[in-house]
Amino acid sequence: MSEFLVFDGVTKRFGDFVAVRDASFAIEKGEIFALLGPSGCGKTTLLRMLAGFIEPDEGRILIEGEDITRLPPERRPVNTVFQSYALFPHLTIRDNIGFGLKMAKRPKAEIDAEVDRMLDLVDLAEHGDKKPDRISGGQKQRVAIARALVNKPRVLLLDEPLAALDLKLRQRLLVELDGIHDEVGITFLYVTHDQTEAMAISDRIAVMQRGGLEQIGTPAEIYEAPVNSFVAAFIGDTNFLRGKVSEILDAEYSRATVESIGEIRLYNDRPLEMGEDIALSLRPEKIRIETHPPAEEAGLNAIEGTVDDVIYLGSLTRYWVRVGDQRIAIEKQHARYQLDERLPAWKDRVWLSWRADDGCLLTDFAVEDTELLSLPPEGDE
Amino acid sequence: MGNPRRQPNPERRNEWWTTLPSAGWLLVFFAVPTLLIVVMSFKPAGPYGGFGEGWSLKAWADMAHPSYPAIVWRTVWLSVAATIVCVGLGLPVGFLLGRADEKTRALLLLLVVVPFWTNFLIRVYAWKVLLHPSGYLRETLVGLGIIGENTLLLYNEGAVLLVMVYAYLPFAILPIYASAEKFDFALLDAARDLGASSIRAFWLVFVPGVGRGVLAAVVMVLIPALGSYIIPDIVGGPAGEMVGNKIAQRVFIDRNWPHAAALATLLMIVTLLPVIFAFVQQKRESVPDGSRKGGGKATA
Repeated sequence: MSEFLVFDGVTKRFGDFVAVRDASFAIEKGEIFALLGPSGCGKTTLLRMLAGFIEPDEGRILIEGEDITRLPPERRPVNTVFQSYALFPHLTIRDNIGFGLKMAKRPKAEIDAEVDRMLDLVDLAEHGDKKPDRISGGQKQRVAIARALVNKPRVLLLDEPLAALDLKLRQRLLVELDGIHDEVGITFLYVTHDQTEAMAISDRIAVMQRGGLEQIGTPAEIYEAPVNSFVAAFIGDTNFLRGKVSEILDAEYSRATVESIGEIRLYNDRPLEMGEDIALSLRPEKIRIETHPPAEEAGLNAIEGTVDDVIYLGSLTRYWVRVGDQRIAIEKQHARYQLDERLPAWKDRVWLSWRADDGCLLTDFAVEDTELLSLPPEGDE
Repeated sequence: MGNPRRQPNPERRNEWWTTLPSAGWLLVFFAVPTLLIVVMSFKPAGPYGGFGEGWSLKAWADMAHPSYPAIVWRTVWLSVAATIVCVGLGLPVGFLLGRADEKTRALLLLLVVVPFWTNFLIRVYAWKVLLHPSGYLRETLVGLGIIGENTLLLYNEGAVLLVMVYAYLPFAILPIYASAEKFDFALLDAARDLGASSIRAFWLVFVPGVGRGVLAAVVMVLIPALGSYIIPDIVGGPAGEMVGNKIAQRVFIDRNWPHAAALATLLMIVTLLPVIFAFVQQKRESVPDGSRKGGGKATA
């Protein structure tokens, strides 16, 4: 795999505000690459720089080795699906889809044939002669995709393409979008603030915050091995355990004293030093919750606590368990017929256990990231 | 909400009641006087001015006067030309106003409206001073060799057109701006993204997007332009005469009211044509997308 699309040290400032800081990464041909982050993280600025609407202050953007940094938008081999769709209200669906081909001065017969093919692809054949204000939001979205794809761009840019739709439609279109990607094989750059969307559709995700790239990896890598507290808290839910290294067991395992929890065993993928401050991300579904002490097992951490909150969600139950000053979130999947089983309930004494390998040692920790964690409902003491 | 056609009658009746005052006003101060003008054109001229008893087609027969076709033609082409230039200039200005940030926009709008603080007559006279054979504008242009020694800037059709454009430009800018303000500028990004140069994007997406504003601008400029009187009177001279001047001459100098009334009726018919056209156009536009009012473009 060669480097198909390259951002090389791209920086963009708006006055004193640094929208994108020294972004360097490469996207492979044919993949769906997501830029994920909260609003204002710079992901849309990156997309608009690739589309040509914003010129970077520093750095270069290359597609297959060709520097496109200074090209105007109309001369770039990319097309965009805009968040608001931006369909031309005075043109029919057909003319909207055919707009790019018309700009490229292609013969009319060819345009007609291509537009027909696209209308079929997005399943809108019978709506071709309507104006955009006569079709639904989901249909507009598909027209926007067809209008971009018909030009056979080398990269399709999708700017929050599903944000304006309701949840059900969003899920359906996500599957459709994935299907379209399989069919056309074009590289997608997908900008979103919605981590489920990014996880569902992407081959790789770049998580951004405050103009910087925090981590790039497959959805599983990002979820299972977040590098810092921001990525850990932004993608999915987690528990942060902070402590000091108290014992080095061998090259890969050590012990640490965690506030209000006590001594735990942890896996370290980088060498630790005695007394070093550490932060650990522990996903709620990795923790087992039981009403009796777990059987002794090598490498298993077990602690005792009291159930603070319970939310039953059908396929799973979320617990918040108080251990000293810390509240630990746990997810228990209901793989078996649940009514036959007595679940831990409010105020129960419970035992939590997890394997040392299931925690993830973070390289950076920022206290404010704990605010990204989902909290139980308040006021049911 | 049900079908609006099936709405109960009382509401419609209320609508009538609320329309009545303005309808009455229009009837008393507009429809009846207009009708009187039309009727007057079918009266004979009075020997000492005004109009006489009985009926006559003389005023209409006089419309065949050999000098009239040229004047009507000049009135129409000058007005159409002024409208085209005003809309042509109004489009980019409206575009800039629509794109400008709040502060710049307020300032620019103020600049558009500022001329209205000065009396219209004074402003037209100011042009006369500017364009005058010994005015500094002509002197400068002659000095720079841009125009010849014998070129006159005043008392010709060009002067009338120039001052009409100057006078009516705000009436083109304001409705186009009103449309541009509601225009979704992301559409221009989309056009660029799909391969249109910025100029093509402007023509293919922005201009149709502010179509209603352009239509309003055409009506707002063309109609007063067709009825121009002061501008051709002051800067036009005999070579720049328009129908409005002829009407004034018939009323004030000849005191031939039926003749003036016939000219006015003729002008009214010419004026109504673009209005009817605009009306039909808007009707046709609002039929297929009648549901526009509720949810137009998607909001970001």
